[in-house]
Amino acid sequence: MNRIIPPKHANSIMNVIFWGVGILAIAILVLVIGYLLYVGLPQVNLTFLFTDPIDNGAAGGIWPSIVSTFYITIVALVVAAPLGVLAAVYLAEYSGENTFVKTIRFATETLASVPSIVFGLFGLAFFVVYLQMGFCILAGGLTLALMAIPTILRTSEVAIETVPQSYKEGSMALGSSKWQTVIRVVIPAAIGGITTGIILGMARAVEETAAILYTVGATTTVPVSLFDGGDPLPLHLYTLATEGISLPNAYGTAAVLVILILVITFSTNYLVERYTKKMMGR
Amino acid sequence: MARNWEEFFVEKILLIAAVSSVVIILAIIGFVVGQGYTALGTIGIINFVFGLIWNPDYGLYGIFPLIIGTLSVVAVSLLFAVPLSILGAMFLAEVAPRTMRRILRPTIQTLAGVPSVIYGFFGLIVLVPFMRTHFGGSGFSILTASLILTVMVLPTILSISEDALRSIPVEYKEASLGLGATHWQTIKNVIFPAAIPGVITGVILGMGRAIGETMAVLMVAGNVPLIPTSILSPVRTLTANIALEMGEATGLHYNALFATGIVLLVIIVILLLIVNWVNYRQRVTIGGGYL
Repeated sequence: MNRIIPPKHANSIMNVIFWGVGILAIAILVLVIGYLLYVGLPQVNLTFLFTDPIDNGAAGGIWPSIVSTFYITIVALVVAAPLGVLAAVYLAEYSGENTFVKTIRFATETLASVPSIVFGLFGLAFFVVYLQMGFCILAGGLTLALMAIPTILRTSEVAIETVPQSYKEGSMALGSSKWQTVIRVVIPAAIGGITTGIILGMARAVEETAAILYTVGATTTVPVSLFDGGDPLPLHLYTLATEGISLPNAYGTAAVLVILILVITFSTNYLVERYTKKMMGR
Repeated sequence: MARNWEEFFVEKILLIAAVSSVVIILAIIGFVVGQGYTALGTIGIINFVFGLIWNPDYGLYGIFPLIIGTLSVVAVSLLFAVPLSILGAMFLAEVAPRTMRRILRPTIQTLAGVPSVIYGFFGLIVLVPFMRTHFGGSGFSILTASLILTVMVLPTILSISEDALRSIPVEYKEASLGLGATHWQTIKNVIFPAAIPGVITGVILGMGRAIGETMAVLMVAGNVPLIPTSILSPVRTLTANIALEMGEATGLHYNALFATGIVLLVIIVILLLIVNWVNYRQRVTIGGGYL
C-alpha cells in the first residue's frame, strides 16, 4: 500500500497537529475558567452573595445584581419561550415550504445575527423612550426576550421535526385533531429538545451585557417592581472592572457569573444526552 | 363544528407567533433607521462613512476609523480562528477517538457559552498586562482584541464546519481510502473539498459574530478612534463606539450612534445574504437536490 513515504509522514505530522489543536481548545477553556475561579472564589462567601454593595460596589456584596439577573431572565423567558415554541410548532407542523415560510426563516436568521448592541439601541429607542418605560427591568428583559426568541425557536423546531411521523399518524388514526396531536403527542415527545432550547435562551439572557447597557439603568439597590432599574451580574462586572471600582469584588462577581453559566451549560448537556439516548433507544 | 373553530383559532395564534420574528426584525430596522436617518441626512452619507475624524465635541462624525477598526480586529481574528477551527473540525469529525470527542465537544460548547463580558474581563486582567510586558505599548491593541475574538468565534466556525464534514457521504471516504490514500490525503483531497460550502457558511457566521461582538472588544481594544498604524495600535470598533458613547449622547450625537447601528445592520444583512447564496449554490451544484 503506502509505497511512498511522504504521504505517510504527512499523515503522522497532521495527526500531531490535530491533537495539538484539540488540546489547545481544552487548555484555553481550563485557563480562562480556572483562572477566574482561582482569583474569584476566595472572594465569594455568603456575605458577598447576600448583602448590598457599598459605594457602587467598592465594598459589600452583589445581592441586588443576583436579584436583577433573576428578574430580567424571568421576564425574557416569559415572553420568549411561548413565542419561540409556538412559532416552532407552526414552522414544523403547520406550514409547507413556501416564500412566506422562507421569509420567516430569513427573519429569524437575521434576528439571531443582529449584534447585541443593536438590540440595545432598539431597546433604548423603543421600550425606554417610545413606550416610556424608562430604564428598568421590564425594558431590559423585553430586549433580552427578542434576542432569545431565535435560539428557542430553532432548537424547538429541530426537536419537533425529529418526532417520528408514525407517532403523529397513530394519533390522527385514533381520531385526534391536528392540534390535539400536537399538544398530546408531538410536544411531549419533543419536550427534551424544547427544554434545551429554553435553557439556551436563558443562557443568552443571563450572559448578555451590551443589550442591557442602556435599557436597565444601573441602580445598585434591590429591584422590587418591574419598573425599577437593575444592575444584572454581567453589567455589574463590567462597571466594576472598567471603572476601577474594586478588583476583588470584580473577581468575585466574575466567579459567580462563571459558575452560573457552567451550571446552565452542564444541565443543557445532561438534558441533550438523556434526550438523544431516549430518542435513539426507540 | 366547534372542533373546526378551535383548530382555526389555534392555527391563527401559531401563525402570529411565527410572524413575530418578521415583525421584530422590521421593528428593529425601523427604529434604528428612524433614529439614525436624520443624522445621515445632516452629516451626509459620504461624510459619515468616509469621514476620517470622529469627534462629537467638535461636531465631527466620521466613522471611517471605526470601520477600519472593526475590519482589522475581525480580519486578524479570522486569520487565527479559521485555520484552528477547520483543523479542530477535521479532528472532531474524522480523527479524534471517542473519549477525546466526549471531552472536546462539551469544551467547545462551553467556550461558546462563556459570556462575552467574562472574556473581556479575562482579557483585561490577564492578556492586556501580558501584551504590555511582552510587546510594549499599553497592551490594548488590535492583536489583544483579536486573540480574545479568536476564542469567541472558534466554536461557531468549528461546529458548523464539523457538521459539514460529517455530512459527506461515507462512500467518498471509503473510495479514497480504497484507492490507497492515507487518512490525511482523504481528508484533504476528498472530504474537505466536498464540505467547503458548509465551511464557508461557518466562516461567514463567525465573521458576523466577530463584527457584532461588543463587550469583549470594548474592554481590550483600547477604544482610540484613529486609523491604526500597526497591529499593536489601539482601535475602536463600530460596536464599541455605540456602547461607549450612548450614555451621554444627545441630539445629533445620539442620532449618529444610531446611524452607526444602521451600518452594522447593513453589514450583517449582506453577510447573511451571502450565506444563503452559498447554501443555495451548494444545493444546485450537488446534483438536482439528490443529496
